[in-house]
Amino acid sequence: MQTHKQLAGAKPAARFGTVVVAALFGLTSCGGGQSSPPASAHFPVTITQSNGATVTVTHQPRHIVSLSPTGTEMLFAIGAGSQVIAVDDQSNYPASAPKTKLSGFQPNIEAIAAYQPDLVVASDDVGGIVRGMQALSIPILIEPAAKTLDDSYVQLKQLGTATGHPAGADGVVARMRSDIDSFVRSVSKPARQLRVYHELDNTYYSVTSATFIGQVYKLLGLSNIADAASAAAPDYPQLSAEYIVAANPDLIVLADTKCCQQDLNSVAARPGWAVIKAVRSGQVVGVDDDIASRWGPRVIDFMKAVAPHVQQLEKAA
Amino acid sequence: MLLSGLPSLPWIWGAAGLLAVVASAGIGVLVGPVHISPGAVLQALVGGAVDPGQANILWALRFPRVVLGLLVGGMLAVAGAAYQGVFRNPLADPYLLGAAAGANLGATLAISVAPGTSVIGVNVVPLAAFAGAAAAVAGAYILGRTVTGLRSNTGLILAGVAIAAFFNSIQQFVQQSQTSSIREVYSWILGRLVTAGWDGVFLVLPYVVLSAGVIFLHRRLLDALMIGEDETTSLGISVQRVRLIVVVAATLGTAAVVAVGGTIAFVGIIVPHTVRLLVGRSYRVVVPLSLLFGAAFLVLADTVARTIVAPGEVPIGVITAFVGAPFFIVVMRSSRAAAL
Repeated sequence: MQTHKQLAGAKPAARFGTVVVAALFGLTSCGGGQSSPPASAHFPVTITQSNGATVTVTHQPRHIVSLSPTGTEMLFAIGAGSQVIAVDDQSNYPASAPKTKLSGFQPNIEAIAAYQPDLVVASDDVGGIVRGMQALSIPILIEPAAKTLDDSYVQLKQLGTATGHPAGADGVVARMRSDIDSFVRSVSKPARQLRVYHELDNTYYSVTSATFIGQVYKLLGLSNIADAASAAAPDYPQLSAEYIVAANPDLIVLADTKCCQQDLNSVAARPGWAVIKAVRSGQVVGVDDDIASRWGPRVIDFMKAVAPHVQQLEKAA
Repeated sequence: MLLSGLPSLPWIWGAAGLLAVVASAGIGVLVGPVHISPGAVLQALVGGAVDPGQANILWALRFPRVVLGLLVGGMLAVAGAAYQGVFRNPLADPYLLGAAAGANLGATLAISVAPGTSVIGVNVVPLAAFAGAAAAVAGAYILGRTVTGLRSNTGLILAGVAIAAFFNSIQQFVQQSQTSSIREVYSWILGRLVTAGWDGVFLVLPYVVLSAGVIFLHRRLLDALMIGEDETTSLGISVQRVRLIVVVAATLGTAAVVAVGGTIAFVGIIVPHTVRLLVGRSYRVVVPLSLLFGAAFLVLADTVARTIVAPGEVPIGVITAFVGAPFFIVVMRSSRAAAL
């Protein structure tokens, strides 16, 4: 989720305290239905949000507006893509998503209302969007940046319930779980713990284990050097160059290949960085910024990019 | 002459300024997120053999960051003093004529439109920031001289305010429409000594030497300006010429340090005023002491920025204002008798 990520780093003081997504109450009533949209008899549904607020969707939505790139990816993955009529300017995946000039970062309530949506999905309540949608009696789901993979699963299931695709959502979650399990089994977690540095931009913002990306590293048996900086920020701290060099990570993952054009060469050229183990052994992995910042189904793609390097490092260790 | 009432720099304060620079630089190199013993730091400084890992951290990262902090802090403070002198306005700072707004716009455009581009091996962001700052101040100067028609410096200040607002609005528009680069833009605006290296030091050094040198040579003329424009003119001094030279020099230096360090706030205001309150109003005092204390102040602020939540970082612009503002209030309270 590009927007939230950048905003979080940009204004540390104003960072959103991402609340752990609460249990989902409306789910139990929605069991059946394979691929075809289930009958509207399943509606209305009521979803309890992470902040405790409840959202009621009276009928199956046909005009969904997504203002969250992760939300868009989730909607298409669970089979609700055909119900999506507009997505925000950052939602660049899948390619078939109906991208518009709508902004999830600076939402324009009138412009959103002009699409006459019957469900709006966003990642953050910014610009008074929740109040605005409530005033227009348009149900809005806020699905904030996940802290854990379980948060992602809960969000997928919420979206499944809200759009009439509970089985589709369950399928995506089951596939994610089994894929992640096989990646976790593919690494042996050696005795010497390998250290990873994950870079969000070229001013050394990173992620701790209190984020879904951090959880992926934990699952792969890596120790995250950013965890020492939790005092600076519990989720996305900015690290000192001195510390990164001294921490001597075995693996550097660059999630700033698109924003800031970073790669092994540019990292090796930074003052003092050439001695870092990961740089000397060439274990500097560039990943797509978007894939590494969205907590949707493509977390699997992120693991796919990182896991082989962990295996190589283990063999060399 | 007329200005004999204003004292020249008392040697004790000159010595205190030098001591502050040496002490802050000493603290800056001794303290950091990575613990390195003082013995090892001293060994490295005199070229002795130290652990290669520690030598790498000291020489590639910590020393250049301290040196860059000295240059940026000294330059911003002396440029602030110069702006306050030529505009005879206590609220003037090096960003008064739009230098910060111009630099921010230049950097934002470079970051969002042409990310990662280099021109002859130099990252395009500092170049764009430098060009933006110079363009904004030049625009304000031309506008202030020709359009407003005001002979006094009020026209110039108003033109600067208008240019700054205009550039800021464009900067914010570009930033809003390029949300993917917002983090980088913000860490630029809040100051970025985080990525300091010797290349940054060599980039700004010639500008700082030239700019601070020119301002230093004009310190007596800045004293003369204090007595008022008409009176100064009657002494045979061309106010316009002095103002132009000092503004160009201060802007050049400011643009250079802002291009490398980001738009660090508050140093250009607080340091010269603290010097005025503690030592005296003469620019023969304010200019050299601002250079020294500005350098020391920024290095200390940066030391706090990189150690208070170590191994994380706090943006230096946050520290300069957070530490600087209360300190300034204390100085003001304790020397209320001194006229601003």
